[in-house]
Amino acid sequence: MEFLVFLSLLTIGYLFGRMAEQRHFASIRERETEYRDVLAFSARFPPPTTDRIDAVLVDGNVVVAVDYFKMTAAALRNLLGGRVTSFETLIERARREAILRMKANAQAQGATQIFNVKLETSSIGQGASGQSFSVEVYAYGTALVPAKAA
Amino acid sequence: MLVSNIEIIPGRRVVKHLGMAQGNTVRAKHAGKDLLASLKNIVGGELKGYTELLQEARDEAVQRMVAQAEAMGANAVINVRFSTSSVSAGAAELFAYGTAVVLE
Repeated sequence: MEFLVFLSLLTIGYLFGRMAEQRHFASIRERETEYRDVLAFSARFPPPTTDRIDAVLVDGNVVVAVDYFKMTAAALRNLLGGRVTSFETLIERARREAILRMKANAQAQGATQIFNVKLETSSIGQGASGQSFSVEVYAYGTALVPAKAA
Repeated sequence: MLVSNIEIIPGRRVVKHLGMAQGNTVRAKHAGKDLLASLKNIVGGELKGYTELLQEARDEAVQRMVAQAEAMGANAVINVRFSTSSVSAGAAELFAYGTAVVLE
């Protein structure tokens, strides 16, 4: 009985998780094209300019949870060592999503450049069991917004 | 109040350096949202409740930092950084810090 529950959770996790991931990646690719004009730099100093600009802090964050299948796959991986592919794609999704949200935020304010972009990743464990795992990625940077004519 | 994570604001000069301003907040998860999240952990995907919660908490940390900077007499906080740490199971600390300055 317990094994059946485990197996069905695994199947549900695999099917829905895969579907959600593929849909998410498709949406990420689409929006990356959409926000292509907003450039994000990790450079600390913006180039000198004579234009009047305002520096505005923009950010984006996302919390993504693993599915049951990924969790199990990672647990098995832990025995053998090596690449935990299921987590790699999860964190990649979260990073790209957070950057996109930051870019959307910048574009809404009329900026096309974001400087000193930093990414912060933190894992949010749940409960004492530590059975579930989700990851938060926070992206922030300074958007250069053209100053409104005073 | 100008808040930025770059050190030199284009076209503005720092006339006075006032030291570090900081703000933090510790938040715990809502039990109901937590239940929903644990269900989400079977199928995977974004935890919208947590995304909002953390963003809200971060905004509060920034507000506290800004309030401190204002009390110091600053009109800008530059070189702002964020940091997250989990204090105990189910609670996270969001911390924002930066340099309070007076810009021309």
